[in-house]
Amino acid sequence: LKGAKSSVPGAQAMDKVTDYKDATTYNNFYEFGTDKADPARNAGTLKTRPWTVEVEGLVKKPGKYGIEDLLKLSAQEERIYRLRCVEGWSMVIPWVGYSLAELIKKVEPEGNAKYVEFLTLADPKTMPFVGSRVLDWPYAEGLRMDEAMHPLTLLSFGMYGEVLPNQNGAPVRIVVPWKYGFKSGKSIVKIRFVEKEPGTAWNKAAANEYGFYSNVNPNVDHPRWSQATERRIGDGGGLFAKRTKTQMFNGYEAQVGQLYAGMDLKKLF
Amino acid sequence: MNKLLLNPAIKPAVFLLCLLPFAWLVYGAFTDGLGANPAEYLIRATGDWTLRFICIVLAVTPLRVMTGLNALARYRRMLGLFTYFYVVVHLLSYSWFDMGFELGEIAKDIAKRNFILVGFAAFVLLTPLAATSFNRAIKAMGVRRWQRLHKLIYAIAGLGLLHFFWMRAGKNNFNEVFVYAGIIGLLLAWRVWNHWRKKNAPTRSAAARVQPSK
Repeated sequence: LKGAKSSVPGAQAMDKVTDYKDATTYNNFYEFGTDKADPARNAGTLKTRPWTVEVEGLVKKPGKYGIEDLLKLSAQEERIYRLRCVEGWSMVIPWVGYSLAELIKKVEPEGNAKYVEFLTLADPKTMPFVGSRVLDWPYAEGLRMDEAMHPLTLLSFGMYGEVLPNQNGAPVRIVVPWKYGFKSGKSIVKIRFVEKEPGTAWNKAAANEYGFYSNVNPNVDHPRWSQATERRIGDGGGLFAKRTKTQMFNGYEAQVGQLYAGMDLKKLF
Repeated sequence: MNKLLLNPAIKPAVFLLCLLPFAWLVYGAFTDGLGANPAEYLIRATGDWTLRFICIVLAVTPLRVMTGLNALARYRRMLGLFTYFYVVVHLLSYSWFDMGFELGEIAKDIAKRNFILVGFAAFVLLTPLAATSFNRAIKAMGVRRWQRLHKLIYAIAGLGLLHFFWMRAGKNNFNEVFVYAGIIGLLLAWRVWNHWRKKNAPTRSAAARVQPSK
């Protein structure tokens, strides 16, 4: 899956791109297991065709969108984003996709649609850990409308010039580069437009640890570890590589800072 | 079996066996064999091995009493010291690979985060046990006081479990924690039961002492 070089500001990170092997074998995708190596081992069972994404809620054009139609809905772009996990590690991934805003404009949200909710597939037949007590399934995530409409928010179908590997959220996922990785829902089957802030999977599991916004913020620590620094996966130094400083909004402050003007980010973490 | 355990070649063999996980981790660290995040792998693996050695060392006495393999007692000190060895490597890995040996930052981290504080407390409490594990210390302290000090291992096991539980709490991922808690719980419950049994059957155990088993 090829994409043209994106011209969206911030979409061409200059950092060294993470090795494909690391990006596809070190994953959090709890439907397939809680160990980082589990998704690569277990996600082979996921069936990505046929696939439909249901758009519902406060929109003028709700409906079921087939994956083939979504792929053609807008021109595919390649975007190199930093990915910062809430656990304190990071990668740099060349995604392929287009701004989620393209889809949102097509389905015409109503004026009272303030949030967008994303639901991941929860199929116990192909996803061995769906049903375990780790999370409340299906995996739910959400964004405020202005966050969802931001040009950096990506609807992604591929990475490294290929279609998404199953363990990375095939066939379609969200990528929000200035938020911790878990905000970017994988294997999306439903996009719902709602008026009230939707409940999100990790917030429901541990509200004191994971907020709705979950913007990358070196000044707000996780209750169990510091967020001031991060370990860049596969940066060559191996075990002895020094941790690097985490940047506000993962380095996308120039592009997204204004979305949070006046908000107390210590409270709304 | 008792004879085999008393064989002078067995102790070095057990020593090497205990060192195997460490050797394997070092080998992995230098051959890019610890996955995408080697630092995290090393920190977690040494924590796992500390807990495993706590289970192993706590299993020595119940096994000895149940099987009558008294020679097992000869291995208890070495297994206890390996527990300390793995917790030291665990702490060093965290201090080095996570914190870059910045002592101020480490102190702040320990004070601020309950799960690290609890783990660190377990390490601190284990230190006097490791430091008094040679014969002269036992003599100098007197057996009873030494034994009382070494009962701290029960509290240390609890703190180690709590450390692991809190570490996993954010992800509600407790399966492994429950396995370790189950094993340690069983080994401690056996001690309570054994103590109660001895107290309630003093004549029988006294009789047993008169006729040592061969």
